[in-house]
Amino acid sequence: MTYTWDFAPVVANWDLLAEGLLNTLKVTGTALSCGLALGLVLALMRLSRHRLTSWPAGFVIEVFRTTPPLVQLFWFFFALPLLVGIEMTPFMAAAVTFSIQSAAFFAEVFRAGIQSVERGQWDGARAIGMTYAQAMQRIVLPQAVKRMIPAFMERAIELMKTTTLVATISYADLLFAANEISQKTFRPLETYTVVALVYFVLIFLASLLARQLELRLARSGESTVR
Amino acid sequence: MRWDFASVFDNTDALLVGAAGTLRIFAICLVLGLSLGLVVGLGRYARSRWAYVPATIFVEFFRNTPVLVQILWFYFALPILLPFSISPLAAASLGISLNSAAFSAEIYRGGIQSIDRGQWDGARAIGMSWAQAMRRIILPQALKRMTPALTNRAIEIFKMSTLASAVAYVELLQQGKLIASLNFNPIEAYTAVAVIFFVFLWPLVQFTYLLERRLRRDE
Amino acid sequence: MTLLRVEGLTKRYGATDVLRGVDLDVDHGERIAILGASGSGKSTLLRCLNFMEMPDAGTVTLDGQAIGRRESELVKLRQRIGMVFQQFNLFPHMTAIGNVMEGLRTVRRFGKAKARARAETELARVGLADKAETYPAHLSGGQKQRVAIARALAMDPELLLFDEPTSALDPELVGEVLTVIRSLAEEGRTMLLVTHELGFAYHVATRVIFLADGTIHEQGTPDEVLKRPRKERTQSFLARHKEFSL
Repeated sequence: MTYTWDFAPVVANWDLLAEGLLNTLKVTGTALSCGLALGLVLALMRLSRHRLTSWPAGFVIEVFRTTPPLVQLFWFFFALPLLVGIEMTPFMAAAVTFSIQSAAFFAEVFRAGIQSVERGQWDGARAIGMTYAQAMQRIVLPQAVKRMIPAFMERAIELMKTTTLVATISYADLLFAANEISQKTFRPLETYTVVALVYFVLIFLASLLARQLELRLARSGESTVR
Repeated sequence: MRWDFASVFDNTDALLVGAAGTLRIFAICLVLGLSLGLVVGLGRYARSRWAYVPATIFVEFFRNTPVLVQILWFYFALPILLPFSISPLAAASLGISLNSAAFSAEIYRGGIQSIDRGQWDGARAIGMSWAQAMRRIILPQALKRMTPALTNRAIEIFKMSTLASAVAYVELLQQGKLIASLNFNPIEAYTAVAVIFFVFLWPLVQFTYLLERRLRRDE
Repeated sequence: MTLLRVEGLTKRYGATDVLRGVDLDVDHGERIAILGASGSGKSTLLRCLNFMEMPDAGTVTLDGQAIGRRESELVKLRQRIGMVFQQFNLFPHMTAIGNVMEGLRTVRRFGKAKARARAETELARVGLADKAETYPAHLSGGQKQRVAIARALAMDPELLLFDEPTSALDPELVGEVLTVIRSLAEEGRTMLLVTHELGFAYHVATRVIFLADGTIHEQGTPDEVLKRPRKERTQSFLARHKEFSL
């Protein structure tokens, strides 16, 4: 049996694919920016000396790092709306889930970065009369963030891969578009192959960029954290 | 809103079936992924182009595509090229195992590379072949250093097993879906599933932290 | 007139008593050299004075004002007490002048131009006007320590603490740092100096303190302590520093 490949039906639906890709990037971008901000907050809370702030942060981080993202997504999409009585669109559920989930991972990156800054830097900052907040903002974080860049990039790439899960709650991302097209055209082989390649090119380029950046940081003598 | 977990406990049998399914696919992918990963990792470490190039392509491809896309490809696309159909379990296992092989290959390679060259010299000096030195001297030392990373991989595989529900393989999340739709209790059903995963994985995660700390202390 | 009064200062790390009730008065214009074997609590004493380490007991009084333990009080205290570290602790992501301006900008809330002018003056004072735009990574150890001194001076401290400022330096770089410190002494600044440079202590200090077992074992003028030590432990400590020549 020889199968005749025919990519024409897939190409004819390029607009669906483009829209799907755009939506994939939209979820990734939203989760990335919210996740970074929330991740920093979680990290600062976890580093706090007060149990009332460090404990809840630790709990959120542990729960979101140790449960499967798909279970989280289902919970936020199917369970949470009933619990709080609001309508949840697939996009909202995805944005909330992946923001908190990546925040949990980013928080650990931030924490490792902050802890990698030598004690002497705190000493230097405090000796000229800086408060904890000033020392963190002006002295420690700027040095920490530079070391965290590779870990951030890696996480962002993981996030882009994880966003494919939104297809399971019918958000029209790239993978969902593939599902649509393959059902419409009866060409699943070509459709899924094309979509797999699109993902590969996108993520591979991002990985290359991350590696370049890491090399440059390594060459400039910056240590990095994982 | 009142929480009512009775409707979940009534379906314990369904959850047990799901847990069995999760454990089955986890075991398959763990064994396949980590052993194939060793083969690919050795290929990445090899000097020969014939081993290095295919291994590198494999690693780059499977690390840089989403697992869910691979699973759906194996389930919907691959059967068209084959004279037989592919079960949900086979499709999901293929996707997760190949992805894990790609990631663990890099762990193996990194671990092997981290071993001091003097160990190779020592092994060769007493007349060992490459394979003997690798098996008897290098790998045992490298494995110790890789344990935390490999345990992490195992945890990832466990989490990834939920993706099998996308092709309707019967595992915990799939059973949670079933219970939610039969009893109209998504809050309790999905919370229960989340708690089960957390209870399974949390000790494993803590164990990994312990391993990491111990390794850092030893070195 | 007393600038700084320390009473009953105690510090414990786990089961070890590092400081066992230190009492010390520092007058305006005094230059006190603190000597002692390693582990005698010299650095800890210095770090407790501006609360870089939290003492377990005891009080610190600056200009008649007892210092509490709230962050706002500690921050104000540290603005009045400058500190120079063994490891410099310069901020690597800022240029030399950026390091000196940082406290003025962030803590004192100076405008940019005013902070810059002030920082330039301080860099010139330590002889590094031409290194203003250089990052710490491209400075020698001696230059780094001089920038760190300028950073402390920019805050107009009433008291300067030096924590082994030359111990991390290559021998040939020690001189330039000691020259700067000596010039500060000649201006009549109040300072406490933990050091192993006994010759320097002898010539610059107005008082020498010998610390042992977390207490002040012996103190007096440089002549008294360094030339005619009364206590046996002081004598054996000095005997071990053979390079010491008066």
